[in-house]
Amino acid sequence: MNDTAEIYDQGEYNFAYLDEQTKRMIRRAILKGIAIPGYQVPFASREMPMPYGWGTGGVQVTASILGKDDCLKMIDQGSDDTTNAVSLRGFFEKTAGIRTTYETSEATVIQTRHRIPEKNLTENQVLVFQVPIPEPLRFLEPRETETRKMHALEDYGLMHVKLYEDIAKNGHIATTYAYPVKVNDRYVMDPSPTPKFDNPKIDQMEALQLYGAGREKRIYAIPPYTKVKSLDFEDYPFEVQKFDKPCGLCGAENVYLDEVILDDKGGRMFVCSDSDYCEERRAEGHAGPMAADPAAIQIGGATVEETI
Amino acid sequence: MSVFMSEEPLLQVHNVTRYYGDRIGCSNVSFDLFPGEVLAIVGESGSGKTTLLNCLSTRLAPTAGAIEYRMRDGSMRNLYQLTEAERRLLMRTDWGFVHQNAADGLRMNVSAGANVGERLMAVGDRHYGNIRATADDWLGRVEIDSDRIDDDPRSFSGGMRQRLQIARNLVTRPRLVFMDEPTGGLDVSVQARLLDLLRRLVADLGLSVVIVTHDLAVARLLSHRIMVMRQGNVIESGLTDQVLDDPREPYTQLLVSSILQV
Amino acid sequence: MSVRLYLNSVGKSFTMHLQGGTVIPVVEKVEFSVNEGECVVLGGPSGAGKSSILKMIYGNYRCDEGQILVTIGNDIVNIAGAEPRQILKLRDDTIGYVSQFLRTIPRVSAEEVVAEPLIAQGSSESEGIETARALLARLNVPERLWTLPPATFSGGEQQRVNIARGFIAHYPILLLDEPTASLDAANRAVVVRLVEEKKEQGVAMVGILHDQDVREEIADRIIDVTGFAADAAA
Repeated sequence: MNDTAEIYDQGEYNFAYLDEQTKRMIRRAILKGIAIPGYQVPFASREMPMPYGWGTGGVQVTASILGKDDCLKMIDQGSDDTTNAVSLRGFFEKTAGIRTTYETSEATVIQTRHRIPEKNLTENQVLVFQVPIPEPLRFLEPRETETRKMHALEDYGLMHVKLYEDIAKNGHIATTYAYPVKVNDRYVMDPSPTPKFDNPKIDQMEALQLYGAGREKRIYAIPPYTKVKSLDFEDYPFEVQKFDKPCGLCGAENVYLDEVILDDKGGRMFVCSDSDYCEERRAEGHAGPMAADPAAIQIGGATVEETI
Repeated sequence: MSVFMSEEPLLQVHNVTRYYGDRIGCSNVSFDLFPGEVLAIVGESGSGKTTLLNCLSTRLAPTAGAIEYRMRDGSMRNLYQLTEAERRLLMRTDWGFVHQNAADGLRMNVSAGANVGERLMAVGDRHYGNIRATADDWLGRVEIDSDRIDDDPRSFSGGMRQRLQIARNLVTRPRLVFMDEPTGGLDVSVQARLLDLLRRLVADLGLSVVIVTHDLAVARLLSHRIMVMRQGNVIESGLTDQVLDDPREPYTQLLVSSILQV
Repeated sequence: MSVRLYLNSVGKSFTMHLQGGTVIPVVEKVEFSVNEGECVVLGGPSGAGKSSILKMIYGNYRCDEGQILVTIGNDIVNIAGAEPRQILKLRDDTIGYVSQFLRTIPRVSAEEVVAEPLIAQGSSESEGIETARALLARLNVPERLWTLPPATFSGGEQQRVNIARGFIAHYPILLLDEPTASLDAANRAVVVRLVEEKKEQGVAMVGILHDQDVREEIADRIIDVTGFAADAAA
């Protein structure tokens, strides 16, 4: 238990930063969001001690649902130890004094920026997304008054205009992240800028999904076991990205890979974006084609040291 | 076959009045519009013709009066008692609205094909190939080359934009189209081409049209009937060539005599 | 012989509001009837109101007083009090008008201009075009012009296009407004023949014809319009 949590125990500082009235307000928004899957619930987003774009929406949602016994995992682009994840994990360690982890299966609350873990989540877990722009219609319709009406009336032709444009200009649907989905056959929703590779995971997911947009002051949710369909055309069905190689370090296939530049001579490799998944596999003895490469070892090694 | 056979009006307008505060926008306008009929509303700027058009097309609620429309199922409905969902469905299927400024009626940042296909997608069409083929067909009908289908309307000339706007409106085979000065601001030669195109499409599709224009030549070429407005009131109405060739009211005589003869 | 058209006490005047409300009386108490298969020619000097009468029958001018009755089958329609859409319907299937001046429409070819009234009466497009070409040929409009818009044609060619347009469809009533003015003898003869054919089909016609020879050839009756002159003092 760290210093801040002890201070909280003395009643001088509130658990998980937010005051209880704010948490109450946010929990109400969350409950409403769960009751209407995919619907953007406005909420009175607070100023947080970090800039917009750093996950102020996700942080407020997480702060409102955390209990003392929770174990928190923070993901930034699949990784536990990049700037955003490290800062936010530190924030909650300091203000809530709760346990944190890198291990997906150990966590009860996972806050993520732009990835969903490769490992299946369970009913006992909550996945909190950081959302920059919650409105999927914003690209084509700048008026909030109009997009709200469009949601209310299920007036979603515009969404397909965007996909039509993609096919017309690229020969296929070129949207690769923030790929729009229809939730529970009703609301069109932006699944935050996760790669579309992760879209099938949010369909019928066992864990509760909560989405928080701090700057835009919106919360939305997908309850466990909810139908989530990625929008497409009959003759251009939804497809996820395919990688022609396995992970260079752990050899995993059918996972989302990041490109890593190894040197300035064109050396590069593709490795699991989900760093915890990759490490676990390597610990189990799996090895990818580049696992023995000295440069790769350095990259792989860096993920277990907290150097930042 | 004659388009004047139908005995049931498509649109019935009863004493439509719109005030802006104390000022009159339009006052006590009543008329029936029948299927296939083209009605021109003429008058100078500020005469209330655009106010009336906006009231008719549910874009501006009248202060008093009622407007009834015959839905596709044959029932007459008061337009201002439709739900928002019904109103929108009407606007994107059974109606069209052609703006004077094409940019107001187009999505300028998406391709011509998507502009035409939008209504189809809005009513549930989910087959890209079919949508694109229909869009291509309509571009042809408004004389836009197929190879422009993926270009943004920003790269189109004024006349092309206007033709694209017309295709975008007609793709769902509407029964009633509102037009607000559709040839305004175009070169004379571009105007002539557009007018001819409109005349053919209106006749081929049996459209009912309410067209607002200050150009009596446009009214003569396109419309069957004409309403002359001044200071918010309809001062004279009737068969288009009758009103233009035998104008009765002083203001109409002034309008007609003001046309430059070429 | 049944009556097709009956004008009952028809009167017309113009009020010129731009000239201080001057009232120009045109005609009053016009009364005549036309039977089927009959051609009635209106006589009288220029300005007597012949053209106004014709335009009132066509619904192009308003009729201030009286009735203009048209029989269609068992129905009688009063043009003077008809709704615009009734008049438009009459123009589609009952009353044709051959005017002196062609109102050209940009980009519409001569044969299409001619075929339009026939197609409006229910003929197929190909049938309409075929009939139009035959008529244009009869009226000696050069074949190379048929597919061109008539806007650039000479005055005489435009007039013949319009005559073809006026004669192509079947109307029980046909109004002839100087159809032969400025035509050469050969084309005048064609028009006379066309009128004869319409008479044989039972068409009732009212015409204005200044050409003495043509008038004598086709008129069954001449009505002197000066008899309907409005009292200038009225």
